[in-house]
Order: sequence, then structure tokens, then C-alpha cells
Amino acid sequence: MNRRTLLLGTGAAFGAGMLNARGAMAQSATITGAGATFPRPVYERWGNAARQPTGIQLNYQSIGSGGGINQITNRTVDFGATDAPRTVEQLREGNLMQFPTVMGSIVLIVNLPGVADRQLRLTPEVIADIFFGRLTRWNDSRITELNRNLRIPGLPISVAYRADASGTTWGFTNYLARVSSAWKDGPGAGTSIQWPAGQGARGNEGVSNAVRNTPGAIGYAENAYAVVNRLVTTQIRNKAGNFVEPVQATFVAAADAADWSVPNMAPDTLDLPGANAWPMTVGTYILLPTNPAADKVEASRNTMKFFDWCFKNGDQIAGQLEYIPLPESVTNVIRRNWASMVKTPSGEAIWTA
Amino acid sequence: MGARAAPKPIGRGRGVDIGDLLFEWMCRGAGILVLLLLGGIIVTLFIGALPAFREFGLGFLTSTDWNPVEGRENYGGAVAIFGTVASAILAIVFSVPVAFGIAFFLTELAPEWLRRPVGTAIELLAAVPSIIYGMWGLFVVVPFVQMHIQLALGDYLTAIPLLGFLFESRFFAGTSLFTAAIVLAIMILPFIAATMRDVFLQVPPVYKESAYGLGATRWEVVKGVVLPYTRISVVGGIMLGLGRALGETMAVTFVIGNANRMPQSLFDPSTTIASIVAMEFPESLMGSLKQSALFALGFLLFVISFLVLAASRYLLRSRLKA
Repeated sequence: MNRRTLLLGTGAAFGAGMLNARGAMAQSATITGAGATFPRPVYERWGNAARQPTGIQLNYQSIGSGGGINQITNRTVDFGATDAPRTVEQLREGNLMQFPTVMGSIVLIVNLPGVADRQLRLTPEVIADIFFGRLTRWNDSRITELNRNLRIPGLPISVAYRADASGTTWGFTNYLARVSSAWKDGPGAGTSIQWPAGQGARGNEGVSNAVRNTPGAIGYAENAYAVVNRLVTTQIRNKAGNFVEPVQATFVAAADAADWSVPNMAPDTLDLPGANAWPMTVGTYILLPTNPAADKVEASRNTMKFFDWCFKNGDQIAGQLEYIPLPESVTNVIRRNWASMVKTPSGEAIWTA
Repeated sequence: MGARAAPKPIGRGRGVDIGDLLFEWMCRGAGILVLLLLGGIIVTLFIGALPAFREFGLGFLTSTDWNPVEGRENYGGAVAIFGTVASAILAIVFSVPVAFGIAFFLTELAPEWLRRPVGTAIELLAAVPSIIYGMWGLFVVVPFVQMHIQLALGDYLTAIPLLGFLFESRFFAGTSLFTAAIVLAIMILPFIAATMRDVFLQVPPVYKESAYGLGATRWEVVKGVVLPYTRISVVGGIMLGLGRALGETMAVTFVIGNANRMPQSLFDPSTTIASIVAMEFPESLMGSLKQSALFALGFLLFVISFLVLAASRYLLRSRLKA
């Protein structure tokens, strides 16, 4: 008898739980996105934070930018995410619009015994030659001249790079191509390239591990990753000729110096002339269909609603995760573009707020 | 003969029962499904690879270029193919002597009570997921190779006449062809050791006892009786291990250094087909030349593995029939 009541009781509780869950499901609309791995932490945190106030449940799969572009081109997801921005022609071809969500910075990480974080000074020319494999020892006069106050050990330089195709590599190689014409005509820039020297590792964690294990190693990683893992970063001379440290102030200076009015919303953010701008700052982007099918209109509206909420309320979360929130002027441009570019099949604007 | 004379099973009427027929066709279907799957995979890989084969032709096999940069895309598989074959063969070189030692110990030397635990331990090695080998390789083998082989012995190794160039490297990160081969060797060890043990046990005791009767030592018995008797099966087992080593992905990716350059020495980073596909596929755009080149590499890996496995089946055929 007792056992039966117990069973019934659990059954009832379980049933009620199911009903509750179903009720919650009915209230919250799900939007599905896929793509870049770089912004995954901030999208996840935003998704959790926005679920209550907006009633939108975000399902984001970080399968890589290439996969995100593939999936949004096939319309199997509501939005795609990419680190390497698409050109205006590519967007038109896929009937897509693009807008940035947050920015991130790329930093150089080194393993030089006796050299502390943000001390080593490097110029763009020296960085390019290191990654070309032309500078082979740390006590080369070109490096020691820049760092007269440091004792730099005479170690061989081991270069580490991302072996998996990534937006971080896209940003870093574009920077190298910008500052060195030899790099532009040689290895070039892309999500993965043919590296002239060094060894590849998988992911930010692979590169940082390779650098940490090898005295004399240098690599590049996302700033968020470097901060969390307390990696030793460097100063870099920017276009204005100043040595800048990788800190929030120089990142924001880079975001402010960019020209956000370009049609694909992907301004040049690398090596900007701002006096205090960090030279390697890149955006990460969302791809949204401009012509959602009738049954996708709601999801499209919810996607915009979600990111609208994030732009208004998510800056603190982004900052905590070491991303750079977009300036408000930029998010206003994004909202204007939503209104003018994303249309229902009958030609009405979906974003009306 | 006795079985044939037995009465027919109850319930079986004149001619063929519908249940029997159904069962026969379900079994046949399962068999055919495997063939269709295999064929389907080959065809898919080949269709995916066609644009790359058309673009680069036979040069794909010999070109060491792998340039995914937009506008100057040029893909060649030589580095990945070389890395795949070289790391697998090196792994065989490292693991066969150890596997032989294990099999010899288990069949001839070990006391009865020890054979089971050691045999089980070997088989458990085969059950460790490859990602675990990768992590272990990255955190244990890589620093070990870097500190205790490359740094400690590098100068002596490069001084070896004729072979010194194999060890002369400018890379000191520890991730290299050599490290990958060591991790692979440990991964394929259980397969080779288990095959060797099984075939050693199949040697008829009367042969061995005759040899012992003639006054042969244990080593002489193994060298003169066991090995000649099992030679072909042993080679077949090695080929099975080779097949595994060729296709291993995650563990190799972690430790090989992933450089699309022809390695100049054992301590240089390199890459393998499986590794390059795992690295580059997620970011390759559908229908792009890059994706097609990755399919082409996959197809080539399939061909190489198929050849190796076919060779092993051919060599093992006498044992499999038995």
C-alpha cells in the first residue's frame, strides 16, 4: 500500500514536471545557430542570461566558421557565425546579411625565461621575420635593440601556430600580410595557410601548450585565452609608432578607430592608425538570411531580438570573458541594417523596433 | 554423416519454410549491405575528390604544396602521404620487437599464473581511446622526447656517420614524426602482440617437443621451429597493425606538429592524411577546392589502407582457414 502511494506520488510529480517543462517550451522560442568557435563562450553566457527576459532559447553549435557558412547557406540553421567576414559579393550571392557581435584581440605569447608578461617589445617587421623563420635566435640584435632593458636569453626561436583552420589564424595572418608585403605575396592570409616555419598545434590550448613547454617558443592566441591561462604576452608597435600593451583600453581604442559604415559591416580593424590602438583586433560575425522563408520569419525576428538584448545588456558578460563589446554607435547601425535588409517573403521589414 | 542422418526438425514441412526463407534473405541482405556501404563510401569519396583530381591530376600525388589561401589555392598530397607512411612504418619498427618479446614471454617463458593477467593487460591497451593516447602523448611523450632524447642525445645521434642527418633538426618543440611514431607504436602494440601470441600457440606441441628433445634451447626452438612455422601469420599481424597506424587520427594530430612541409629529419614536425583532414575539414567550405582536396586525401588513405589490409588478408589466409 505504502509503496503504491509512493509510486503514484512520484508518477504524479514526474508528470507535473513534464507538463511544466512542456509549458516552458511552449513559451520560449528556440533559435538555432552554428559556426565560429571563437565567440562560443560569450554566446553561451548570453544565451543563458537572455532566456528569462526574452523567452528565447539559444542553441548554438560551435562547429567552426566554415561549417557555419555551409549550414546557413543551406538554411539548416537560423543564423550562421563566422570569424572571417564575408565580402559584399559573397553575401549577395547567399542572400545573407552580416553583422558583428563582439570583438576579440589576438596576442603574441612567448616563453622566454626571465621575461615577464607585457615586457618584450616587438615591431611588425620583427614579428613577420620571426614567423618567416628568418630570425632564428632571440639574442639577434634586431630583437635586443628593441629591448635594451631586458635580459633576453640566447635561445633558438621556435614558432608555434594553429594547425586547425581558425578565425584567429585569419586575423593574425591578415595582420602579417598588412605589415609585410613579403608575407602578403608569400604565405598570404587565410583561416589556414602554408606556414614557412614552425610547428602546428591544435586549438588555442595546443598552441599555448607548445609555447609553455618549449623555452624560446613564440605563438599567437586569443587574448581571452591568454588571460585565463596567464600566458606571457608581448607589446607590439602599432601603426602610430607606439608600443602598446594588450589591455582592454588599447582594444577599445582599436574598435573606436574602425570605420563601421562599410556595407558588409566588417570594417578593417587591423593595424589601425589610432595612437593607442592594439594592432590585432578582429570582429566576429553573424550571418542572417535576408530572405527568410515564411516559416522562418519568426526565427529570424527572434534572432534579431536576441542579439538586440545582448547588445543592450550583454556588455558586462562580454567584458568578463575578455571580449570587447561593440560601441553603441555600431549597434545602432546594426539595427538600422536589420530594418532595411531583412524582409519577409512579402517584402515587409521583419525588424520594426 | 551422423548429422545428416538425423530426423528433420519438427515443423519443417514440404519444400522451404517461409521463416527459413526470410532468415536466409535477411542474412544475405546484411552481407550485401556491408558491400554496399563500403562501395558507397568509396564512391562518395571519389566523387568528392573529383574536382581536385581534375585540377591537379597525378601531380596531386607528388606536389608538396598545401596552400589554402584564397586566390592561390594549390593542393598536393605528397607531404601528408609521406608522413602517413613514414610514421606508420616507424611505428612498426618500434613495436614489432616489443610485440615479439611479449608473445615470446607469454608463450614460452611466463609461468602459467602470469599469462592471463599479462595477456589481459595487453588487450586492455587496445581498449584505451585514441584521444587518451593523444593527451598522454602531448603531456608525457612530447616533453620526454624533447628533453631526454632530442636535447640529451641529439648531438650524439647527429654524429652517427651516414644516418646522422636523420636526427639533425632545428625544431625543439618535441612534436615530431618521431614522437608520433612512438605513440603509434604503443597503440598498435596490442594488436601485433595478440596476433603473435595466438599464432605462436598454434604451433603443434609435437614439433616444439621434438626440438627440445634434440637438445635445443628455448631461443633455438623459437628461432628454428616457431618462427618459421608462423612466419606468414606474423607478417599478416604486422600488416594489421600497419593498417591501424595508417588511419590513426586524434593521437597523431596531437603529437606530430602538423606542418605541411617535407620533414628533413625524424625530429621535424610533419603531418598525416588523417590528421590534416581532421584539422582542416571543419573550416572548409562546401564545394570548395580545399574540401575536394581533403576528399582526395581521404580517398588515397582508403586506397593505401585497402592495399595494406588486402596484403595482410592474403598473408593470413592459411591461418584464417584453419
